[in-house]
Amino acid sequence: MSTVAPPRPPAAPSPSAPRRGAGLLLRWWRRLTAMRTAIVLLFLLALAAVPGSLLPQRSLSQNNVNGYFADHPTLAPILDRLYLFDVFSSPWFAAVYLLLFVSLIGCVLPRGLEHFRAMRAAPPAAPRNLLRLPDAGELRSPLPAAQALDVVEEELRVRRFRVVRRDGARGPELSAEKGYLKETGNLLFHLSLVALLLGLAGGKLWGYEGSILVTEGQGFCNSFQQYDTYSSGPLIDSGDLSPLCIDLEDFRAEYEENLTAASFTADIRYGGPGEEGRSTTIGVNEPLRLDGDRVYVTGHGFSPTFTVTRPDGTALEDVSVPFLPSDQSTMASQGALKVPDLQADGEDQLAIEGFFAPTGLVQGGILTSVDPRPLAPQVAIVAYQGYLGLDSGIPQSVYSLDASQIDRGSLTEVGSANLAVGEATTLPDGTTIAFTGYREFAALQYSHDPGQTWVLVASIALLTGLLGMLLLRRERVFARAAAAPGDGGTVLTLASLTRGSGENAPRFAALTDDLGAALGARTRAPEPEDPPRDS
Amino acid sequence: MTPDQLASLSDNLFSISVALYSLAVVAFSAQLAFGRRTARTRELVAAGGATVAEEVPAPAAEDTRGRRWGVIALGLTALGALAHGAVLVTRGLATDRLPWGNMYEFSTATVFVAVVAYLVFALRTPGLRHIGLFVLAPVVVAMVLIGLFLYAEAGPLVAALRSYWLAIHVSTAIIGFGIFFVSGIASVLYLAKVRHDERVAAGEDAGGLLSRLPGAAVLDRVAHRTAVFGFPIWTFTVIAGAIWAEAAWGRFWGWDPKETWAFIAWVVYAAYLHARTTAGWRGRPAAWVNVVGLLVMIFNLTFVNMVSTGLHSYAGVD
Ligand code: HEM
Repeated sequence: MSTVAPPRPPAAPSPSAPRRGAGLLLRWWRRLTAMRTAIVLLFLLALAAVPGSLLPQRSLSQNNVNGYFADHPTLAPILDRLYLFDVFSSPWFAAVYLLLFVSLIGCVLPRGLEHFRAMRAAPPAAPRNLLRLPDAGELRSPLPAAQALDVVEEELRVRRFRVVRRDGARGPELSAEKGYLKETGNLLFHLSLVALLLGLAGGKLWGYEGSILVTEGQGFCNSFQQYDTYSSGPLIDSGDLSPLCIDLEDFRAEYEENLTAASFTADIRYGGPGEEGRSTTIGVNEPLRLDGDRVYVTGHGFSPTFTVTRPDGTALEDVSVPFLPSDQSTMASQGALKVPDLQADGEDQLAIEGFFAPTGLVQGGILTSVDPRPLAPQVAIVAYQGYLGLDSGIPQSVYSLDASQIDRGSLTEVGSANLAVGEATTLPDGTTIAFTGYREFAALQYSHDPGQTWVLVASIALLTGLLGMLLLRRERVFARAAAAPGDGGTVLTLASLTRGSGENAPRFAALTDDLGAALGARTRAPEPEDPPRDS
Repeated sequence: MTPDQLASLSDNLFSISVALYSLAVVAFSAQLAFGRRTARTRELVAAGGATVAEEVPAPAAEDTRGRRWGVIALGLTALGALAHGAVLVTRGLATDRLPWGNMYEFSTATVFVAVVAYLVFALRTPGLRHIGLFVLAPVVVAMVLIGLFLYAEAGPLVAALRSYWLAIHVSTAIIGFGIFFVSGIASVLYLAKVRHDERVAAGEDAGGLLSRLPGAAVLDRVAHRTAVFGFPIWTFTVIAGAIWAEAAWGRFWGWDPKETWAFIAWVVYAAYLHARTTAGWRGRPAAWVNVVGLLVMIFNLTFVNMVSTGLHSYAGVD
């Protein structure tokens, strides 16, 4: 005997490498499509979504993400490398839901095929020993076997069972089944989930969204260059955007007595470029819906207007820029007006940084806003002179000054003032800045999502399938007739099976009672060809 | 009555219902304490139409003192629920709108649904009256916390909430949450009961309140049936929320924190329903999944509303 295993001959009867590979693949496939795996993947999906709600997300607010980077300078880059600021578009989130959907398809499709085969096949033959089923019982009837089964068949058909009669080895028998729609509901539900995912993906690939602040009396056209911010799917390019222009004619914000915002409405005019266009009113909860496109009012604010007059008398009348609300309840707003081209030389540009209060209250020299309605508008401004760097090619925010320009000294403060409408302040060089009033602006959003209708239809199908799956029950009823011992008549053995729930006993008892009653009625009542006669 | 009077009537009714529920807790405790079973009986228990042969403390086997306390407890609960319903009605009349516009109103309504769901079960299934203490005690705690931390003056709705979708989306959210609340408690009791039964089987003297609970199988079935009832409602809530978000916020889904946690809860409940029909997950593991579902729902109602900043910041809590 050798203790060393002889080398295996290459032609050993073990499965060949590709076959082994296939076996392994099959095993993995089975494991992936098992219900246990589905549960684990569902858990993973729930878990994977958690950081998306606890950490700031770029898709929701780039600002908050920047804030997080500032607060956690060492941790943030690490989290970023793990996609934790873009959880819902991260590869690992996608991996979880794609695995889940592969598992789902692999699990549900074979079940579906089996289901359609079962739907066409007759209900299966009755088990040999009916009394062994969880719900079973016996009924006696003086009717002969065939007639007794007739009664049972009729009663079951009224209850929408599919019924087959067979002559089994143990006597005439009957199998009945209903509730196929339960399984159909299950299939519909799971396949709707797939449809929903496809709709979401389509919307992401071919959708876009742009946001813009529009002051009353102005407008914009649907193009990426015009939007303040936009995002678009990878399969969209600027040529695909619907040619539509929108003008904001009037904006109104209404408030309750306690200053709760009651409604925001915008009167707009929309149409193709150069067209006269049509008028409509949009507001919160009421967007403009066009073929595949929607236009929303997502916010509003004020653009204070200023008239800047140089010592030589040249003036810029009623220049304005949107001030962004920093507090929605009082509409206190902040912004910056850059006045580059009043004089040709580049070193003497003017910038105004300001705080706007629709209803101002000055206490101790500090202006605050006490009401979101423009009842007594005031501004607190700080004026700067120097080089604004607008021609430097570095992109700048339209809504604020670059603090580093002030720190570096390229902009120097030359004056500050609190102004009510009509008031003006004069800078050391003789320039006057007059606060002349305000215009309202609306924040508008233009959205295009071709997957949206598809997603809605899939959701409705999903809910329908879910209701079918949860509310319907799949039932099988079997009956077998045998001659009663003694003086004729029949013993009916009845049994039923309900899939997936053990709550069948009272229903079975009720069914047995009904069948007993029907059999009794048939026995007592004379046959139809011998109708009862009234006296 | 003027709106102000109605609003303060609503606030008073809130205190009254908390008082009634607290008395009910006392009465339920007395029922458990005095309702010593004299014999174990086998009885058919209909759990929401289901019939299970289970060993449960049959009301007939309790001594009369216990039975009397049980009736008093249920009566107090029903009175409390009446006052609780009136809190919502008077709020609605005072503000001339649906009374679920802020977190105070929303959570008050949710707890109301949970109490009503429990009452329905208790009336249909006498065996379940014994879990009253375990439902009403969390209810009282929740109501006190709501009164202390979430209270908001009666007032008009902010613009975004003025939509018929408030009636659809928020009502179903309240109903779904109330039902999941009962389901989660049934699973917690199931887990406790299973452990208790194991101790008894091991010969330990496990005694105590738990021996007077309905059987583990009944509790598990209650948990499952309520979750099956709640899941389509929750599914509808999420879909209706998406439809509303499409009109109000310009997109039907944006992974706002509230949306994210609604999704997480939905996935966890789907996992629970799967677990119930999967070998190896039935029983305790599945019940744990249901408990996690309840925790997610509570987290979504409390933490996400109050701490994170999302579009759903209508809590009205400062
Ligand atoms: C996005 C993922 C999924 C969701 C949200 C989901 C949800 C559900 C729900 C709510 C039920 C109803 C349970 C009940 O009847 O009580 C169900 C049933 C079912 N699911 Fe899923 N499911 C998902 C994925 C899967 C996967 C991956 C599989 C297969 C591996 C699967 C197989 C089944 C089966 C076989 C049933 C019927 C259970 C029965 O008849 O007893 N599902 N699913």
